[in-house]
Amino acid sequence: MSLRSPIGRVRGLGSAKEGVSHWWSQRMTAVALVPLTLWFVAAVTSHVGADHAEMVAWVGSPVTAGLFILLIAATFYHAYLGLQVVIEDYFHSEAAKVVILVLIKGACFVLALIGVLSVLTLLFEG
Amino acid sequence: MAEFALPANSKPKGGQTHPVTGSGKNVKTFKVYRWNPDDEANPSIDTYQVDMDDCGPMVLDALIKIKNETDSTLTFRRSCREGVCGSCAMNIDGTNTLACTKYISDVDDEVKVYPLPHMPVVKDLVPDLTHVYAQYTSIEPWLKSASTAPERERLQSPEEREKLDGLWECILCFCCSTSCPSYWWNGDRYLGPAILLQAYRWIADSRDEDTGSRLDNLEDPFRLYRCHTIMNCTRTCPKSLNPAKAIAEIKKLMVERRG
Repeated sequence: MSLRSPIGRVRGLGSAKEGVSHWWSQRMTAVALVPLTLWFVAAVTSHVGADHAEMVAWVGSPVTAGLFILLIAATFYHAYLGLQVVIEDYFHSEAAKVVILVLIKGACFVLALIGVLSVLTLLFEG
Repeated sequence: MAEFALPANSKPKGGQTHPVTGSGKNVKTFKVYRWNPDDEANPSIDTYQVDMDDCGPMVLDALIKIKNETDSTLTFRRSCREGVCGSCAMNIDGTNTLACTKYISDVDDEVKVYPLPHMPVVKDLVPDLTHVYAQYTSIEPWLKSASTAPERERLQSPEEREKLDGLWECILCFCCSTSCPSYWWNGDRYLGPAILLQAYRWIADSRDEDTGSRLDNLEDPFRLYRCHTIMNCTRTCPKSLNPAKAIAEIKKLMVERRG
């Protein structure tokens, strides 16, 4: 039970003075993902039937590798921003919220890193 | 986690049936949520049969008839009976609206009447609005000016005045806020569509000189950014306003002032 006044409860810890960059980044990555995803689907389907050597040569070209890195970065950043909102919406225990957010952030970062390193491997060693 | 089910003591159980009195040719059935804080019982859904040949056209007319003639214990708020006071906001036929402007004939089957969703209930159809009123206070809904007060009214061009259209009409019935899933899960910190529309009403007012600090107070992951454009607010508004657009305008100003 709390005897704190209703307005005291609403004012709480005050405004965090943030949220706008999260909101803007989520929209910008969404916009970036539209052409990147269309390119990805078109490019991969146009390589149906290609053998391993052709794929390695294709991904290992600077333009393809660059687009792949942008796609990977935008995908995992966008995924993290979206999942963060879901967790904040539904998890009301501060401890659980922090642990899950750190895990999701770590998973997105590791997956993005593996993806980028794979592309770089093909670029420099393919 | 957010609570998705009602606590055991809030689940409706059973209910009384009040059969029709009068001619009984043109009968409409009303299923009304009842809860009395004075006993320990769970809420119940009472059934009232109303003779429509002797009743006004609106849901509020039927509720008043039930209270006058059948069951004086039925408790609800009402005042203006013409959609300008916002007192009789409740959930009718699954949608938040005003009982005084909702035609009974718009409901095909039996008319289900519940209090506004996800609010503490004071009694029957009366929700506790203490928290949402405190949220309204928190946005300081009055004109703030640093310049000396003019001798006469503060002037505004017709174009500037037009920006308030669609905002000033809000009657604070809270149909929108209580229809918003984000407000259900995080209403303790999220201000909700009604309060954000009111906040924008002052942000959009050319006579107000405190726009920056109004935006400062809203710039928060919970106060403003829990809005995920679900649009229930706009769909349910009994005054046909667009709270979702007002929130989008606030978000645009947040971006605009950065650079």
